[in-house]
Amino acid sequence: MIDKKYSAGNIILFIILMIGGLLILFPIFWMLSTALKSLPEIAQYPPKIFPEKALWGNFKIAWTKAPFTRYLLNTLLVVFFSVIGSVLSNSFIAYGFAKIDFKGRKTLFRLVLATMMIPGFVTLIPQYVLFSKIGWVDSYLPLIVPLFCGNAFHIFMMRQFYMTIPDDLIQAGQIDGASHFYIWAKLIMPMVKPVLASVALFSFKSAWGDFQGPLLYLSTRTKYTFQLGLQVFKGQGYTEWNYLMAVSLLSMIPSLTLFFLFQNYFIQGVNTSGAIKA
Amino acid sequence: MLSRFLNKIGLKTIKKQENVYGYIFILPWIIGMICFTIGPLIFSFVTSFTDYNMLRIKWLGFGNYKRMFTRDPMFWQALKNTLIYSLMNIPLVTIGGVIVAIMLHKLSFGVRFLRTVYYLPSVMVGVGTYFLWMLLLNPANGLVNSLLALVGIKGPAWLTDPMWTKPAIVLMHVWGLGGQMLLYLSRLQSIPRDLYESAAIDGASSWYCLRKITLPLLTPIIFYNLVIGIIGSFQVFQEGYIFSGDGSGKPAGSLLFYNLHVWNNAFKNFKTGYANAMAWFLFAVVMIITIIVQRTQSKWVFYEGDSADD
Repeated sequence: MIDKKYSAGNIILFIILMIGGLLILFPIFWMLSTALKSLPEIAQYPPKIFPEKALWGNFKIAWTKAPFTRYLLNTLLVVFFSVIGSVLSNSFIAYGFAKIDFKGRKTLFRLVLATMMIPGFVTLIPQYVLFSKIGWVDSYLPLIVPLFCGNAFHIFMMRQFYMTIPDDLIQAGQIDGASHFYIWAKLIMPMVKPVLASVALFSFKSAWGDFQGPLLYLSTRTKYTFQLGLQVFKGQGYTEWNYLMAVSLLSMIPSLTLFFLFQNYFIQGVNTSGAIKA
Repeated sequence: MLSRFLNKIGLKTIKKQENVYGYIFILPWIIGMICFTIGPLIFSFVTSFTDYNMLRIKWLGFGNYKRMFTRDPMFWQALKNTLIYSLMNIPLVTIGGVIVAIMLHKLSFGVRFLRTVYYLPSVMVGVGTYFLWMLLLNPANGLVNSLLALVGIKGPAWLTDPMWTKPAIVLMHVWGLGGQMLLYLSRLQSIPRDLYESAAIDGASSWYCLRKITLPLLTPIIFYNLVIGIIGSFQVFQEGYIFSGDGSGKPAGSLLFYNLHVWNNAFKNFKTGYANAMAWFLFAVVMIITIIVQRTQSKWVFYEGDSADD
């Protein structure tokens, strides 16, 4: 057998893809490099790839430019409830759509999918009116409560997964006298841990990175989330890029860490969502 | 407990009880649907025919819609900006994603590593990446123009030149195409190897395999991404808000995207009724385009089981 693995064609392919890969990695490296530079060094031309002297203290200084510890705690609060809300509601709702045969199920599920087509701004404005009338504006409730009502995308994803569980299992549970609540909580939830993890990761990602929601609903400075807080570096005439990059980099560490720890769940989640045939 | 109660009130058969259980399980979604989707949809539709500022309301009829088309040049500009951006962004990210996926699929080593690298930008969530790109695209000494200068090209002024603001955003999204790429790659990896092997035995060239096996099997996902991409692309907001610095859509209104214009009217000028009218117009446009794309589906999207040959 000829070793085809390292054939000329494959090596050329690898080199091309590596060049692309380096073009992707370089900006990320640039973020770190800039974070460690002094301001005059950043203004230099041509730009230096490595800082003359790595100023690790920049991270500490940048952190004190705004109450970032406060922002971090605020964000963690929102993220925590967003993840709990998403995991509970979507797994519960999807169970109904996947495993219970009730009247109108098909039509309602189609409605779930149809809501994905609604541009967010059509409902965003009236939602804002609603939340302001009930006094929720400038609180975290508008960012959290809707997540307890499920999300079309995640309902679909979980339903796909539930469909692979044989109905016999549920019927057996029912014959033993278990209710659907019991079956969902004790039988099914432990079986679908991987997809629960995917939903948790995706909702973590979107809650952590959300900018538009906090921008609209939070006006008191001390209530800001991390993403909103990052703006303090902008719009004062000139930008302290080193500090901005330092905090930006820090803001990405949680999701990067989770990604490297749970890469398989991320990829599995992507795979399931790819199964949608709209 | 519940089933005993259901027995008592006369729902004795399993079938009838299942109906009750079903609706209990989907109840959270129904509540959300009424409070956060259908209710708001009705409210915004009705107020789109009024002069409404969240406090006072006055019936206008089609006034908002007339104003949009005849007396608001910024509406047209925002629509144009969004269209131009979408026409650049959707094809480039889609085609780029497909190409990288096919190349990664062909590659025989280092696939896992490269897959992680290409996906990395998709994990870097939040506005930090936007700021990073503002730095990279600095006209004077940003990384992009410095690299271009190395090969003798004088880079444009990117985010400060109205001509180049939208390509700048597209560039950032091309950098992040790994998210879409991963969808294509996982689809390709699910194609049974023997499909290619038997084609190779029949003497099919790799170009033939690409055209007749690989691409057709990707079309359902390309189609899905196209639909989602159109809906998403028409709603571009954050890019315009952050890159223009103050949400005004500068320079020269080139970053005034549709939703930014809607946002400014709704939450800055408090012309809520007018903003709702614009949002509904966008809804209609997106729906029409989606339906057109759906119509073309039978022409180019291949579903397994549709036809066994090929």
